[in-house]
Amino acid sequence: MSDETTEPTEPTEVPEVPEVAETPTSAPDPDPVHVELLARIDAALGDAVIESADALGGLVVRVRTDAWGRVAEIARDALECDYLSFVAGIDWMPAPPEGDGESADTSSPVQPTTMTYGAAGSAGRFQVFGIVQSTSRHWGVTFKADVDESDPVVASWVGVYPGADWHERECWEMYGIRFVGHPALRRLYLPSEFEGYPLRKDFPLLARVVKPWPGLVDVEGMPGDEPAAVAAAGGEE
Amino acid sequence: MSTTESPTNAPGFEVDRNAIRQLADAQINVELDTGDMIINLGPQHPATHGTLRLVARLDGERVLAADPVIGYMHRGYEKLSEFRTYPQVTTLINRIDWLSSFANEVPFVDAAERLMGVEAPPRAVWIRTILTELSRIATFVLFLGEMGLQVGALTPAFYGFRDREHVLNLIEAATGGRFHPNFNRIGGLKDDLPWGWIAETRSAMKTILDACDVFEDLVAGNEIFLSRTRGIGVIPGDIGTSYGVSGSNLRASGVDWDLRRDGRPYLAYPDLDFQVWTHPDGDSFSRYWVRLQETRESVRMVLQLLDGLPAGPVMAKVPRIIKVPEGEVWVETENPLGQMGYYVVSKGATGPFRVKIRSASFSNVSILPWLLKGVYVPDIVTILASLYFILGDIDR
Repeated sequence: MSDETTEPTEPTEVPEVPEVAETPTSAPDPDPVHVELLARIDAALGDAVIESADALGGLVVRVRTDAWGRVAEIARDALECDYLSFVAGIDWMPAPPEGDGESADTSSPVQPTTMTYGAAGSAGRFQVFGIVQSTSRHWGVTFKADVDESDPVVASWVGVYPGADWHERECWEMYGIRFVGHPALRRLYLPSEFEGYPLRKDFPLLARVVKPWPGLVDVEGMPGDEPAAVAAAGGEE
Repeated sequence: MSTTESPTNAPGFEVDRNAIRQLADAQINVELDTGDMIINLGPQHPATHGTLRLVARLDGERVLAADPVIGYMHRGYEKLSEFRTYPQVTTLINRIDWLSSFANEVPFVDAAERLMGVEAPPRAVWIRTILTELSRIATFVLFLGEMGLQVGALTPAFYGFRDREHVLNLIEAATGGRFHPNFNRIGGLKDDLPWGWIAETRSAMKTILDACDVFEDLVAGNEIFLSRTRGIGVIPGDIGTSYGVSGSNLRASGVDWDLRRDGRPYLAYPDLDFQVWTHPDGDSFSRYWVRLQETRESVRMVLQLLDGLPAGPVMAKVPRIIKVPEGEVWVETENPLGQMGYYVVSKGATGPFRVKIRSASFSNVSILPWLLKGVYVPDIVTILASLYFILGDIDR
């Protein structure tokens, strides 16, 4: 290999690398792009903005649920974000352990059992989040909004971004979050007889119920080995 | 459990229950008018790379409404990812867009590395960039040949498969897998390049450039091809962006946006000198033309990368059992089919808490109901082929 590897050359000069893209990931002073975006969002949304955060270089803005529909218009008009990346949902509830007994936890790799929230926080279990981007300014924002658990309803973005159609249909069938103003919330992936919302954390993964997760073992025990010996060899986490 | 149950469950529908159920399955959101005809394309069709079903309502030869029915290949990767460790997830996401599996792995591994604060060594980053561009070339060369097939030219398809093989052989030699390399590790790569690979790659790149010339002559210069694709399936730039159409499809509509140049810096792209190709027309032909130019550009990039390949290790120091600290990150890359991104939420465990997979083809195809309105039946196939999607990338 060594005869073929050349010296590390100096980076070729690329004149058109935009300054916008040089996002400091965890700099103490805020990213100027984020400052600019936040100023525009604050001017347009006012007190509908609950919290904003920097998720490793990406701007995350959490807005009030009733402002979710307005966010799309503001993103398109005030932020110049003409491009819709996606709309999706998230369930912050930790997956409940399946079965009974201490060895019956099939929801592994084992996640924490307490409810914690991601960047910009959440008021409850369900959230919708979407990413819009600007093809001219080369920036993007992640918007989040809390969704009530007992009555999961938010406004639809289809009127502003027609591409939200399929994303919202997917979110509806996977999480049961309804989008008001969507022209036809029909199933996208699942058969029409399907019951339940598969991406909710309390929806079990059947494969894991049938055959529990063995844990992170390096060596599987041979038939005839004592189970205790296998656990001692590498059955620990 | 579903909040909007279909009316088929109501009593009195017993006689027509099956017919109604089938219509519901077809998910046609159209009224049944007399005189119109509903045709069903697929699920099996050579232009679709998988099982896409298209239900179209026709008035004579003209499409009044079209509705893609997806989900035949839905494998639930977002759910499965929540039950697997980070290294296991890369195996899954290899199968999303199976023509450019290596490029799929990159954003996910990048996301995990960003969350962990691990940086892959420079040599690993450059090899990743080379293999990403090689998978782009492999994907596009197949397209360049196959697009001819969709308008009735059989020969270019064989050339496409033949010339793609040069690149697949390279990927196989380096990674061990033709289609599913699973070569990325969090913190670097599984292995260094094999001996003699760089010289092989140089000569293969020459072959690909020649192949591009052949395709330009044989397909892009063909009068029949031009008349079947020029002005057909026009996507205006602003419509494309609002649907989330990305990649070459969007650049063919005149939107000058490429994450390799304009996005958050990733891989070795900031160090490369390359051009972003656009075409103002937005029709099927311009999508073909942009991919043709991008194949040549990728070859140029691979040659640059080979020249500047740094020496050193290909794996950073990472713990044996990978635990990713709490946090969330959005990483997207410019994949052959368009923008692919992962929104990874970690809660400090060995596996991700939530992975939202934003795949390019999903959004690229979601424009079809808009795009197919008013086109003629024979053009459906050329439009589908020119959008170039992989069903695994739609259904995930």
